Amino acid sequence: MSAILETVGVNKTFGAVTAARDINVSVAKHEIVGIIGANGAGKTTFVNMVTGWLPPSTGRIRFDGRDITGLAPRKITRLGICRSFQVAQVFMTATVFDNLMIALGIADAHGLGVLLPLRVRAREERADAILRRYQMQDYRDQPASTLPQGIRKLLDIAMAMVAQPKVLLLDEPTSGISVEEKFPLMDIVMGALKEEGVTVLFVEHDMEIVSRYVSRVLAFYQGEIICDAPPAEALADPKVKEFVIGDDLHNQTLLQAGALQDGAQEVSDARG
Amino acid sequence: MNLLLTILVEGLGYASYLFIVSLGLTVIFGVLKILNVAHGAFYAWGAYLCAFLIGEFSTMGVSDLGTMVAIPIAALIVGLILGSAIERTIIKNLYGRDEVLIVLATFGLFLVLEDVILLVFGVDPYFAYQPTYAMPGVQIGGIHQDGYKLSMIVVSLVIGLISWAVLNRTHWGKLVTAIIYDSELAVAMGINVPRVFYTVFVAGAVLGALGGAYIAPTISVAPGFGVEVIVLSFAVVVIGGLGSIPGAAIGALLVGMLRAYAVLQWPEIELFVVYAVMAAVLIFRPEGLFAPAKARKI
Amino acid sequence: MALTSDRTTLGLTVGFVAVALLGVFVLPDWLLNQILVAFSRALAVVGLLVLWRTGLVSFGHALYFGLGAYTVALLGRNYGIGEVLVTLPAATLASALVGFLLGFIVRRYREIFFAMLNLAFSMVLFGILVKTEALGSTDGFNVEQPTLLGIGTDDAAVKLTALFLGVCAIGWLTAVLVHRYLGSILGSLTTAVRDNEIRVEYLGYSAAEAIHGKYVMSAALTGLGGGFMAISLGQVDPESMVNWTVSGELVFVTILSGPGSVAAPFIGSLIFELLRTYAFELVPYAWQLIVGGTLLLIIFFLPGGVWSVLSRLAGRRGVEP
Ligand SMILES: Nc1ncnc2c1ncn2[C@@H]1O[C@H](COP(=O)(O)OP(=O)(O)O)[C@@H](O)[C@H]1O
Ligand SMILES: [Mg+2]
Repeated sequence: MSAILETVGVNKTFGAVTAARDINVSVAKHEIVGIIGANGAGKTTFVNMVTGWLPPSTGRIRFDGRDITGLAPRKITRLGICRSFQVAQVFMTATVFDNLMIALGIADAHGLGVLLPLRVRAREERADAILRRYQMQDYRDQPASTLPQGIRKLLDIAMAMVAQPKVLLLDEPTSGISVEEKFPLMDIVMGALKEEGVTVLFVEHDMEIVSRYVSRVLAFYQGEIICDAPPAEALADPKVKEFVIGDDLHNQTLLQAGALQDGAQEVSDARG
Repeated sequence: MNLLLTILVEGLGYASYLFIVSLGLTVIFGVLKILNVAHGAFYAWGAYLCAFLIGEFSTMGVSDLGTMVAIPIAALIVGLILGSAIERTIIKNLYGRDEVLIVLATFGLFLVLEDVILLVFGVDPYFAYQPTYAMPGVQIGGIHQDGYKLSMIVVSLVIGLISWAVLNRTHWGKLVTAIIYDSELAVAMGINVPRVFYTVFVAGAVLGALGGAYIAPTISVAPGFGVEVIVLSFAVVVIGGLGSIPGAAIGALLVGMLRAYAVLQWPEIELFVVYAVMAAVLIFRPEGLFAPAKARKI
Repeated sequence: MALTSDRTTLGLTVGFVAVALLGVFVLPDWLLNQILVAFSRALAVVGLLVLWRTGLVSFGHALYFGLGAYTVALLGRNYGIGEVLVTLPAATLASALVGFLLGFIVRRYREIFFAMLNLAFSMVLFGILVKTEALGSTDGFNVEQPTLLGIGTDDAAVKLTALFLGVCAIGWLTAVLVHRYLGSILGSLTTAVRDNEIRVEYLGYSAAEAIHGKYVMSAALTGLGGGFMAISLGQVDPESMVNWTVSGELVFVTILSGPGSVAAPFIGSLIFELLRTYAFELVPYAWQLIVGGTLLLIIFFLPGGVWSVLSRLAGRRGVEP
């Protein structure tokens, strides 16, 4: 299978801090990749570099065979890489429906097409279809500022998907959401994403969630990838155990209960 | 040589009162994140009250030198009474609102306060030259220099040093610095932010009024003169970096010297040289020359 | 939704035609004059409204107001051109061009810095005008008699009516076009840019470019308004066209009007003009007090401006594209 996203020798330093060190990753089409690592390990920096928010200090990033290193976020978005954010980035004063309308409008607009009316029937129907796919119909006319945290994150992801990207990066889609809500939310998201056949990389702290959805794990530690393997293998890796899971109390409990191994087994079984 | 000296002294005199006024403006901005247009009104009120008091003292038989006590008295009265009242009634209700909207609100306040001056003090100008008679002139490099202007330079230096010491050497000053750096964190640390805001606003108001009170004896105090100083102080603090005390000093020096140079040598550019420099500074250093460090948010 | 948009267009058309008819057949000349001045300024305020919806306030749009006014005046003085079909487009274009160039700088700034940088630019023009004899210095100079398709008149009443109808026509056209614009995809990038520039970037559009476009638009409209003001007053000078007080008035009327509708600036501007006339007659020393007090009242109690009152009275929502 050909790589859709590839980083070659990517480094990023902020003054004395090295946030990325020699990152070499190759992601194949339709892969679902989990990115794990303690706080400050460089996960967001990785997402930021791939999506153009930060240029790498050195190294190249290729998308679909094309060098995208240092391109502006909007150019990369137009090429087909979109993202969600650790803190949802939505239009707070607009309703959920209008958020999607604006997103659809921008995705549709080319050249002078930006001067065409935003509110046309066909676009409104598409916005409503997205609302159904992400199960947000009940919040349709509510301003984004009044949404519960989980719904706002869902909207953030739905907006990232509006342009029908080939690659989607999710930065901690379940952060700030209670443990009980995490699975329902991720089920909605991953169900929708599977429907659209997009390649997904998502950052997640909760190993239970990672094990359930991904086929491959990238473990970050101090800017470096210390493990790149299927979930079951990654979880067994002593370095991952020490530097990633070791920090997190919730994950530790899970590990002891054997829950993670079982979940990971399920996923790899399902994928055959 | 003489010309250079004249520009230097003129510029310094000019810079000194601009600095006092801008200091108040920049500290209020640094802590409260409010660009306070009404600061120009504190300046004007300080000048009017000072001129009025000097007149009263003089008729009471106080010596020319003695009338100078009117300057701190006026500054304190305006700052403590007017400043407090305004913080309690209006400014307090603006915290956390849109920055530009706050500027507009303080602009509205400025207009109101300017007209209240007319209602209180009338439309005729005030003259209160007595303190300038009391100060002996000095010969520097063969040129006669006005003693009062030199005293202003000294006073502004002292005020600059005191502010610096308060901010860097006292517990209270460190609280203020912490708030400038990251106000959310300051709240989390349990600093009583509303009280610090109140105190800083009143202190800033005193400084604004002091600038006006000090300049009052050298001019005719007439309606509408708070406008020019507020626009110039904006230029000063924007050039220096909003919220920075050394920035206000450098900004005031730059603006003072430029003005003195333009007035004496190149009157065609007098009106806009300050703004041209301000635009240039913003273009090359968007935060101003000495913007204080802020917590980085990602 | 196309229906709503048509309804607003219809409403604007009915409104402007009604004002025009009233003006020609009913209203006294002094009021006609006030409307003429008010609507000239309103053209500029429509531009500022677009910026305001984007979250930007400029304290220096007198720059473009003055550029428009002086373009009209200089075309008359230096080339004897009074043809409004030349002078007004020239005023609009000159301001748009300067706005386009300065836009590359100001689009990098937000909030206070955006406001102050604009102020600085406008004060530079003010300083140059005041000190340049060739441009009339502080006194300014007179504006050439306006003609339309070569036809002019010396009859003051006829001239007033003609200018009044002209400002109504241009006001209507501006309002309709800007309303359409606000309903377009690019128009939705006003409040969207104000709310979240990061999201706009990650949807594939440059927030800086969106702001630049709106800035040029506001500059063009302000230039048009300034040009019309020059013709209306028959005279230009730095104090009444370029000083920071002019910028302040424009911002004040924007806040007074409210961001709810493109019709609001015309109503707000007229209220401002009438308020000023009566205030000067009734309480000569309290004009600033009234303006400042109004500003405070609106910011604290009426953030939607007079438009929100009108639309509440009319029992419908403000026009939100
Ligand atoms: N814009 C930035 N400027 C300076 N340092 C940064 C910046 N972004 C991230 N860092 C630093 O890089 C390191 C990695 O951060 P980040 O990628 O956000 O970690 P994670 O998302 O894994 O928690 C941290 O030490 C962080 O402080
Ligand atoms: Mg992160």
